[in-house]
Amino acid sequence: MSILVNGDTRLLVQGITGREGEFHSTAMLEYGTSIVAGVTPGKGGQLALDGRVPVFDTVADAVAQTGANATCIFVPAAFAPDAMLEASDANIPLVICITEGVPALDMLRVYHLLRAKGTRLIGPNCPGLTSVDEAKVGIIPGNIHTRGPVGLVSRSGTLTYEVVQAMTDAGMGQTTTVGIGGDPIVGTSFVDILDMFNQDPETEAIVMIGEIGGEEEEKAAAFCAREVRKPMAAFIAGRTAPPGRRMGHAGAIISGGAGTAESKRMALEKAGIRVADSPSHIPQLLRDAGVR
Amino acid sequence: MQQEKAVKLQEYRSKEILARHGVPLLAGQIAATPEEARAAAADIGGPVVVKAQVLVGGRGKAGGVKLAATPDEAEQKAREIIGLDIKGTVVKTVLIAPAADIAHEYYLGLILDRASRAITVIASADGGVEIEETAKTNPTAILRLALHPLIGLQEHEVRRVGFFLGIPAGLRQDFAAVLRGLFNAFVSSDADLAEVNPLVVTDDGRLLALDAKIVLDDSALPRHPDLEEMRDLNEEAPSEIAAREAGISFIKLDGSIGCMVNGAGLAMTTMDLVKLAGGEPANFLDIGGGAKADRVAAAFKIILDDPNVKAILINIFGGITRGDEVARGIVEARSQLTRDVPMVVRIVGTNADEAKPILAEAQLITADSLDDAAAKAVAAAGGAA
Repeated sequence: MSILVNGDTRLLVQGITGREGEFHSTAMLEYGTSIVAGVTPGKGGQLALDGRVPVFDTVADAVAQTGANATCIFVPAAFAPDAMLEASDANIPLVICITEGVPALDMLRVYHLLRAKGTRLIGPNCPGLTSVDEAKVGIIPGNIHTRGPVGLVSRSGTLTYEVVQAMTDAGMGQTTTVGIGGDPIVGTSFVDILDMFNQDPETEAIVMIGEIGGEEEEKAAAFCAREVRKPMAAFIAGRTAPPGRRMGHAGAIISGGAGTAESKRMALEKAGIRVADSPSHIPQLLRDAGVR
Repeated sequence: MQQEKAVKLQEYRSKEILARHGVPLLAGQIAATPEEARAAAADIGGPVVVKAQVLVGGRGKAGGVKLAATPDEAEQKAREIIGLDIKGTVVKTVLIAPAADIAHEYYLGLILDRASRAITVIASADGGVEIEETAKTNPTAILRLALHPLIGLQEHEVRRVGFFLGIPAGLRQDFAAVLRGLFNAFVSSDADLAEVNPLVVTDDGRLLALDAKIVLDDSALPRHPDLEEMRDLNEEAPSEIAAREAGISFIKLDGSIGCMVNGAGLAMTTMDLVKLAGGEPANFLDIGGGAKADRVAAAFKIILDDPNVKAILINIFGGITRGDEVARGIVEARSQLTRDVPMVVRIVGTNADEAKPILAEAQLITADSLDDAAAKAVAAAGGAA
């Protein structure tokens, strides 16, 4: 078992003929992900990835003809909000948006529309996710993973790779690794993913990688204290970062004391979660918590 | 480091935008010299306020806002304020605005609240500079109202905020214009924040925005070329402007170890580990995804422009970015550098194996783990601080 994607995932790639889309789709195919279709408006009828994947003009066509049940979006920021809405309108239940630089007010509309429809959105501005040895969606390098009992969720990109590599080097494998994205408004929160890992029978322990800003880590800590009995370890990036240039009085009022590395660390430790000083310490913290 | 991407506009620019959306205010005139300030005051007539145009908070307490009864006095106050150092920012321009006799001050702001995923109204009848104190000591004196993300500001919400603030009955229509204008300005300029503080009722019964602040969403700027031009480059460090033009996120800090990393989270982690190893990072630098030789060269230049830098730690985790390309970029750029400092290079992930011989041949200090790289960089910079 794993969460969100697995061997039954039939992936569509929106923007499959672009430079990024093509490069990473090839890597996904090599990992064993089943890519059933691509969408690039105006290129319907062509074949992508050396003739291996049919391209459609619209997501609705792609879904009707291939039964795609998840999509990965690589289109430029100006077109990404529409791409997410198109996927949701075509009833794709899982949308993973890699694109960075999507305007926040666009995301506000997309977030609420997809939520009302029941579409699960991961990202935007995220590296995607990997269910180890089953399916990889996005841009996380496949070869850093090894199959095992730990679920990992992170707000970062390359920092996620760093932690996965550290775990693999220490002989500690993963079920699914998920990057939820670092933008102010993302489709899926830490709490959503923690809940999935908590209910996944194969995930025996959970790693959470946060960073300064916002209050998602504090909310996650409260959720874990209430719901999660699996061993956990965490890392928070940004202890030495300068305090964010303040966003007027309203920003200070909204955030209260939340958002600093220290407040996040305290909230997590209060919830019984071990917080590492370095990503490389995470495997040992999990071992201390009883993970093999 | 999300907030770092926000683009703050000066007061007079923020007021320009609000005025366009019907928010009543006393716009005033901008002056770069005491003589211009005098002319502006004479033009406006009557008492004026001379206000430093800086993006840092607390300018009033720092002596950057002064009342002047006459053009002579306006010139003199402008002379005092222009050139003043306010929290590290030297004042270059002042706004000369008509003075108002204030009967009451309110706070009114809109912010994109990531927690409630909504544009949220923040309002208080206790306006002025102590609003954050009020938020702590008397939170019920502050209204937070999340607006519907798809419908936007509704009439009943406008009324509710007005009643909460206790706006005098005769000014409720004017207040509706202020809040609606603020909301429209927020949405049409893709703001992260739009704030009027204070919003005042004057002795003669007018409702006016006396000060304004708008912060824009950096990601949305490409579709607002007019707003991009309002960005005040005077207040950005030259190194930060150069970085932005090269597609690099950079924030200067005070330490001695320059950092070059791909990805913001990993860049912060690298800084944290430098600190953990007993050193001090000289900067935050995210070289971005898919970096090639030209961006590596630009990053070197930006890092080495800081004379405090005694060593550079390069930490690249290849994903989109290919390790061998970065390695070649490092070797190439290094040969062109005017100043050389010890460099510790750690490249892992995509094409890391291909990067190894390139780095070895150039006799760079290498490291396999991030902890090891941080320790070596601290040693290379002359040991723990």
